[in-house]
Amino acid sequence: MPSLPDAEMPDALALAERAAAEQVHDPHVADVDLKPAFFDWLCRIGDNALILGHRVSEWCGHAPVLEEDIALANVALDLIGQTQMWLSLAAEVEDKGRTADDLAYLRDAMKFRNIKLVELPNGDMGVTVMRQFLFDAYHFELLTALARSESPRVAEIAAKALKEVAYHLERSSDLVIRLGDGTAESHARMQAALDALWPYAGEVFVADAVDEAVARAGIAPALPDLLPKWERTVAEVLDEATLTRPDRRFDVHVGGKQGRHTEHLGYILAEMQFLQRAYPGAEW
Amino acid sequence: MTVTLPSTGQVWDWLSEVPDPEIPVVSVTDLGIVRDVRWDGDTLAVAVTPTYSGCPATAVIDLAIETHLRAKGVEKVRLERRLSPPWTTDWVTAEAREKLKSYGIAPPIDGTAPDGRGGLAARLSGRANLVIECPRCGSGNTAKVSQFGSTPCKASYQCRDCLEPFDYFKCH
Repeated sequence: MPSLPDAEMPDALALAERAAAEQVHDPHVADVDLKPAFFDWLCRIGDNALILGHRVSEWCGHAPVLEEDIALANVALDLIGQTQMWLSLAAEVEDKGRTADDLAYLRDAMKFRNIKLVELPNGDMGVTVMRQFLFDAYHFELLTALARSESPRVAEIAAKALKEVAYHLERSSDLVIRLGDGTAESHARMQAALDALWPYAGEVFVADAVDEAVARAGIAPALPDLLPKWERTVAEVLDEATLTRPDRRFDVHVGGKQGRHTEHLGYILAEMQFLQRAYPGAEW
Repeated sequence: MTVTLPSTGQVWDWLSEVPDPEIPVVSVTDLGIVRDVRWDGDTLAVAVTPTYSGCPATAVIDLAIETHLRAKGVEKVRLERRLSPPWTTDWVTAEAREKLKSYGIAPPIDGTAPDGRGGLAARLSGRANLVIECPRCGSGNTAKVSQFGSTPCKASYQCRDCLEPFDYFKCH
């Protein structure tokens, strides 16, 4: 097992005191000039978790072995729980009376801000595992940085989510290695999955005006700063998995963060949003 | 009419009677998820922290706490969600660890979460030093079946001696 990144957890008590003191008055939440970018950026983080969580949940009851079925459902559950926290904060920042549920169930595809990687179909287990690993390696670095955000509201959500994502990364790294360095069949499938997903993997590191605005405000890290850490984790795991990093650009399929999606997202939303669209306001 | 509000110490005692819905052998205070109890005027504010972000038991726990406190005569209860500091298994009390064990769940081994230094050490050493004892026969000859078990907070293990599968309350 390669040395996966080790999170240096921030001082939890100091974080708590800060959050308690600033909970009501996180200056970023009420910053009118920052609002459009902050809201958009929170939707990106929340939508990545929501759409990947939904995709992964599609395996429930269908995975090849029981333990993987349970693990996939657990990961999906964590991601959807994190979505609740991110989209709740997004709704609060937007301040138009919407809730996390409104954002999840009543936005159309063009309003979703997730990267294209997470909306791709599950494919075989090779694709599912590789997609999870490429995302987890990024997610872990992002949350590690966000746990030190100057926005205490962002920092506390990130610190919570980081504990869960550390387990996700541990599992997906382990599986990439076991399947990559496994049988000829599993190796071929993992390499094929890597080759197919690689052009989608880099979207998350392509910064635009929204990313730059939240970085300037001290809310989020500059995306280029996360890249070397992601590359190191990916290189170590692929090496141990005897897989070959594709010799091509990894930022070919972009635009999801700006609301330009693949056809696949619409099908996810059709299923995920059906109930609230057909029976508005339904509760149980 | 003067109403005497129960002391927060009394409220903590009542809360120690509220079982966790997933693992009823331990209470919500045993798990360390009740973070604060205070009176805000005549309203009792109880701050609860979620174990995992997506833990489906969170809503049930809130409801159980509210129901129990109302049964004790507290009229106005407000449940608050507190995210930081994030819940850790370090807060599971020593007494609760014994209860978990006798219930068949191996208690968490502190400092072995993958996001901490102990986790790094465990990885570098190939995890060989992390011995999870079988809660049934006490053997250390056990194997991890899956890091993700029947609930978000548990991993699946199996004892190689008595062959029983069991849950390990994983460090978080």
